[in-house]
Amino acid sequence: MATAAPRQAVIIGGNRIPFARANTAYTNASNQDMFTAALEGLIARFGLQGQRIGAVSGGAVLKHSKDFNLIRECVLGSSLDPATPAYDVQMACATGMESIGSLANKIKLGQLDSAIGGGVDTTSDAPIAVSEPLRRILLELARARSTKDKLSALSKLRPAHLAPSAPGTGEPRTGLSMGEHQALTTEAWGITRTAQDELALASHQNLAAAYERGFFDDLITPFRGLSRDNNLRPDSTLEKLGKLKPAFGKSLGERATMTAGNSTPLTDGASTVLLGSEEYAEANDLPMLANFVDFEAAAVDFVHGAEGLLMAPAYATARLLARNGLTLQDFDFYEIHEAFAGTVLSTLAAWEDEQFCREKLGLEAPLGAIDRSKLNVNGSSLAAGHPFAATGGRIVASTAKMLHEKGSGRALISVCAAGGQGVVAIVEAR
Amino acid sequence: MADKYLELVNSGYTKKVAKLLGLPRPPRLRRYEPGSALLPGPLLVLGASARAQQLSDELTSWGIDVRRHDAQGDKLGGILLLLDELTHPEQLGEVMLTAGGALRQLLPGGRLVSVSRPALAHDEPAVAAVRQGIDGAMRSLGREMRGGATANGVLLAEDTTVTSPSALGALRFFFSGRSAYVDGQFLTVRNDEGSLPADPERPLVGKVAVVTGAARGIGAAIARVLYRDGAQVVLVDMPAAGEALAAVANEVHGTTLQLDVTAADAGQRIIDHAVNRYGHLDLVVHNAGITRDKLLANMDQARWDSVIAVNIASQLRMNEAFLAADLPGLRVVSLASTSGIAGNRGQSNYAASKGGVIGMVRASAERFAESGGSIAAVAPGFIETEMTAKIPLGTRTVARLVLPSLMQGGLPQDVAEAIAFLGSDAAAGLNGQTLRVCGQSLVGA
Repeated sequence: MATAAPRQAVIIGGNRIPFARANTAYTNASNQDMFTAALEGLIARFGLQGQRIGAVSGGAVLKHSKDFNLIRECVLGSSLDPATPAYDVQMACATGMESIGSLANKIKLGQLDSAIGGGVDTTSDAPIAVSEPLRRILLELARARSTKDKLSALSKLRPAHLAPSAPGTGEPRTGLSMGEHQALTTEAWGITRTAQDELALASHQNLAAAYERGFFDDLITPFRGLSRDNNLRPDSTLEKLGKLKPAFGKSLGERATMTAGNSTPLTDGASTVLLGSEEYAEANDLPMLANFVDFEAAAVDFVHGAEGLLMAPAYATARLLARNGLTLQDFDFYEIHEAFAGTVLSTLAAWEDEQFCREKLGLEAPLGAIDRSKLNVNGSSLAAGHPFAATGGRIVASTAKMLHEKGSGRALISVCAAGGQGVVAIVEAR
Repeated sequence: MADKYLELVNSGYTKKVAKLLGLPRPPRLRRYEPGSALLPGPLLVLGASARAQQLSDELTSWGIDVRRHDAQGDKLGGILLLLDELTHPEQLGEVMLTAGGALRQLLPGGRLVSVSRPALAHDEPAVAAVRQGIDGAMRSLGREMRGGATANGVLLAEDTTVTSPSALGALRFFFSGRSAYVDGQFLTVRNDEGSLPADPERPLVGKVAVVTGAARGIGAAIARVLYRDGAQVVLVDMPAAGEALAAVANEVHGTTLQLDVTAADAGQRIIDHAVNRYGHLDLVVHNAGITRDKLLANMDQARWDSVIAVNIASQLRMNEAFLAADLPGLRVVSLASTSGIAGNRGQSNYAASKGGVIGMVRASAERFAESGGSIAAVAPGFIETEMTAKIPLGTRTVARLVLPSLMQGGLPQDVAEAIAFLGSDAAAGLNGQTLRVCGQSLVGA
């Protein structure tokens, strides 16, 4: 960092519930149910019952308006001291990273001794809004005082107004879905179908192997009968993945490469990460897995076509490396969120591209290639699934554990987000 | 899960009907609650013992109203028979008949406890006869007790006295509601090891205890009782049982360790968790267990092997890790079963594993004692759990009503109370034993 941090923000551990494909195991679970479950598992793992934690923050991308105080409600429903403050954060798929990073900063500043960050999302229990005309009529009805006024308001109602308005993953300013956006980026960087399928296969194989060796035994607490991510296909093959029809990039015709196999499915789930100062961890005999060193957000102009929707992490990484005096090769693990296989591969290609690094990142030389054997070694979102706001917590906790197991080194975490944004972070073993 | 029959014959109109019809009426048991009196009334002490006066002083200090030789018609909470100095069966009648006269005064939930010495091969025949005779008499009295009262005995091995720490510990356990479902049983005080807790309400304060299979049933009850008694609890169960495990852990302010006890490094991971998080490990309760019932003729290898692997082989392996780690004063309590004593149709694999536990405990006592620790087992009879709720009603009714003297199944708490006692410092002198918690079931009597 540019200035020496007054103290370290330590990742003590994490807990998440297994991730479930939408409309499967958690169909009837709300965001509050899932985040509370993840929080209760974390409390149980680390014996935090009755403790006043400095702050709990997190959020959800798809959120009911009644959940305006979602995380605080979860804290009140948990075994923590009810005097634990909590607040919601929302930064699309980077919600988890932003909440964890900001909490780490507060710990470094001495404002907090302990904190829990994370996120949750459900597309099974997604909010459905009434149509705009109906909403306006209902508001007018509420304001009406006389019977005449009320009838007048109601008389404006038409059958078409009753159609609900469901949330989508479309970008408000372009109308394109995230997948369609990425399809354009994938095509622009010349990422092949085979390369994407290989990345997807590796994700499934790595995640399955991590489960087999018990890696997740102290990272996951089962929920509603599910004890593993149910998107995981340990027996997937390149042949099977190769047979899938393209799901995005319809405008590309024959050149479309993105399928349901190399894109993340809609997913339900929740994750939490326990952070603390060294003093807090020592005083409570808690493990210290890794330091949360630094994080950086970036945003790109995807609206006018200057950059791909999910390319912001490429920019954030350049700034984060410069600030910390590191090169892209100074890492032992790379955790690049697999929103789509194409996102990961486009980002890697961009870092290797001399022109991109010079013109877009303002660098004299490209950031260069990474050792692919260090990429997403315990699987990532293509296998685990991607409950938007919960992905950051999943990655931070797993990364901290793999660094601690190795006993040395550092990891780069990268998470892209809707709105042309992204958050990247550096985590260091201890 | 609840025994509806017991509720019906003990309350309201149905109680009268049951009385009229002469239906068997299982009593409500006097179970321990913090703050409750040790006995429901005065204790009548009969017979003689070398240290009777010190004992009487000790019992008085526990808040017991001690009466020597004569209760003068008062209702009694308990009767203590000091029989350890008897040398001939002819001497037994006087005390026994006096006790018999007092039994009518015994309150519901009362206790009859004997203190005697074990009959050994090198005893004088008459001495051995009276000592073994006490065993038979007390087990008979267990079957004569009414209103949830029980009859149990303390055996004093050579060189121990009635005021040895574990003799007092065993007496206290038998008197209290902690032994509600223990009936017709003997505990042998082997030596003067152990100590009584400073606060008998919280005998495990400062102790770190690990309970395997803690997500539900008896394991969850053990975690709750250990926590109530002051211990910090580490709750272990299979990763797949994590959700229920976390719920119990948050209830008892413990920590979870998701772990398969059959893993080769299970013992070391338990030690690491306890020592890293709490600095020490004082008690391990091997509760994790499974059943895979089949008649042997229909048994496949997977059923047999999995039961052996989980119920006994894992314990043997973990115990080696605990002994190798040289944890000072470590106490281990294992779950056996009356099936392992008496056998049970369709449970040859389970009975082999549970009989195995009894053998392991007996043979491990010396080794655990070397580092100031101990090992013991509890053999539950029919306990009301989710597992036994699946037994067909007819079989279940026989197991509850007909077989045990107490005419009911036990509760998970009853097993947990015995484990908490055997895992406490007051039970150090009981090293190597298996205590049945079975309501004096005929099975394996």
